[in-house]
Amino acid sequence: MTTTETRVARAATRAPGRRPRGDWPWAYLMIAPTGLGLAVFYLWPVVQTVYFSFTEWGAFGGHTWVGLANYQTLIHDPAVGHALRNTFVYSGLVLLGVPLSIVLAVLLNTPKLRGVSVYRTLYFLPVVTMPAAVAMLWRWIYNGDYGLLNYGLSLFGVDGPYWVSDGRVVLYAMAVVGVWTLIGYNAVIFLAGLQCIPQHYYEAAAIDGAGRVRQFFSITLPLLSPSIFFVTVLTVIGSLQMFDLIYMMMDRNNPALTDNRTIVYLFYEAAFVNNQRGYAACIAVVLLAVILSLTVVQFRLQKKWVHYE
Amino acid sequence: MSRSRLWPVHLVLAIGAAAMVAPFFWEFLTSVQSFGESTRIPPTFVPSWEWSNYTRVFDSLPFGRQFLNTVLMTAGRTIAQLIFCALAGYAFARLKFPGRGFLFVLFLSVLMVPSQLFLIPQYQIVSELGWLNTLAALIVPGMFSAFGTFLLRQFFLGLPNDIEEAARIDGANPLRIFWHVMLPLARPGLLALGILTVLWSWNDLMWPLVVNTSPESMTLSAGLATLQGEHLTEYPVLMAGSLMATLPVIVIFVVAQKHLIQGIAFTGSK
Repeated sequence: MTTTETRVARAATRAPGRRPRGDWPWAYLMIAPTGLGLAVFYLWPVVQTVYFSFTEWGAFGGHTWVGLANYQTLIHDPAVGHALRNTFVYSGLVLLGVPLSIVLAVLLNTPKLRGVSVYRTLYFLPVVTMPAAVAMLWRWIYNGDYGLLNYGLSLFGVDGPYWVSDGRVVLYAMAVVGVWTLIGYNAVIFLAGLQCIPQHYYEAAAIDGAGRVRQFFSITLPLLSPSIFFVTVLTVIGSLQMFDLIYMMMDRNNPALTDNRTIVYLFYEAAFVNNQRGYAACIAVVLLAVILSLTVVQFRLQKKWVHYE
Repeated sequence: MSRSRLWPVHLVLAIGAAAMVAPFFWEFLTSVQSFGESTRIPPTFVPSWEWSNYTRVFDSLPFGRQFLNTVLMTAGRTIAQLIFCALAGYAFARLKFPGRGFLFVLFLSVLMVPSQLFLIPQYQIVSELGWLNTLAALIVPGMFSAFGTFLLRQFFLGLPNDIEEAARIDGANPLRIFWHVMLPLARPGLLALGILTVLWSWNDLMWPLVVNTSPESMTLSAGLATLQGEHLTEYPVLMAGSLMATLPVIVIFVVAQKHLIQGIAFTGSK
């Protein structure tokens, strides 16, 4: 123990942060595995995908440069416009779940509340469950003839639709599942944010006569706004890439599929079912552009409503 | 607040929790119903305990094989990521070298790109290497993670400096310091990354679906997709399969909950 202390004492006498020059070969060595892996499997592929988006793929492999042809096709492709609209509708609906997560986190943060870890476990079950299994489970609940949901509705005299094959409702049905799987995840982030708010703010507000509702709007929401911003950005990015749910819930011969495809589903079809890799790459680039511009817009807007201490 | 005023909070939380758990409860009940019971109205809430649905999953799918594939994929990705990300994260956090800022931004840029932009070239690479329908296809691209590097870098940044300095004066090289001094201190960060990686690998769908199309080489999530095609209306078998595919992760979650929650909260706070 004493030797450690003298070592620490000796270390403290050195200028802080000074490093011998011989460090950098070690640093490169340590970064090399991840660096090379990311370069080969992630960074270079992005460049390639952008290049592929200007090419057309033959039936027997090989590709030819076609300039902007894919982009021109894409602009006039009604399926793309439709898929973008579906994706935005789905993402918008899933965003409606964010306030639910805030309420959940606030409730879980109630002082002296018992059983928080039990609640947290239960709310987290959908988060850790395999999305493919989640989709299958909900498909069963949504089943038009024997599903639990329509049975429940029938008790109130409501004749429920075929939730996953009726084009008018299927996006909403999937958004409910999207919210159900995200509530626990987002609430955990909010809970961490709430625990950073100093308790004396609430005490001071209580002395000034502010009720719980007033405290929520005047203290909790503004001070939680960095977490709200983070969760919103994450939720938007995630739901814009929705694939698992639609792939598992809607069969290829589902009549509502064509009109309710998301943009990533369209990408998957083009790339790995129809073997139109050039066009698929083009769709992926458009998705990147959409995600980046929405994220930039959110970062611009945050200045108006996010409070950093 | 006095204890008596907590009951409305409990009431709301309990109703919400019921909405979270009820679908799983129904999944289990369906999994032990006979086919006839599953297509009856009103629904059967007291099933006839048809445990044979669980064995029938093994008849319709190489379930054991797919289970093993999923375990190996998850283990391979997780172990590799823990080692590689810890090394890179430590170097970015604690060592000075030319190009550090630039390389770090390059790493981070991977985080901002949706995975669809990697998919086609990744598929090309894997297919040219002859890896389609092998474990290598499932594991190798998932061994490297910009997210993991970032998470562990943040973690190393938060660790105290002085112990490391002491080891350095004793003449230890950075790799030794990393291994003997820093890695043990980083255990909570490694656990958080580990459990997140386990979760994401186990549940991954699109990549396994694309690269491994023969039933023997599939993962569970892709296997479930094919099971659904075959047994379109046999929900008891489907539910039994889904439950078995999900159960291992749920067990891991319940055991290692604390670390997963910390990991997620940690990503939210930075």
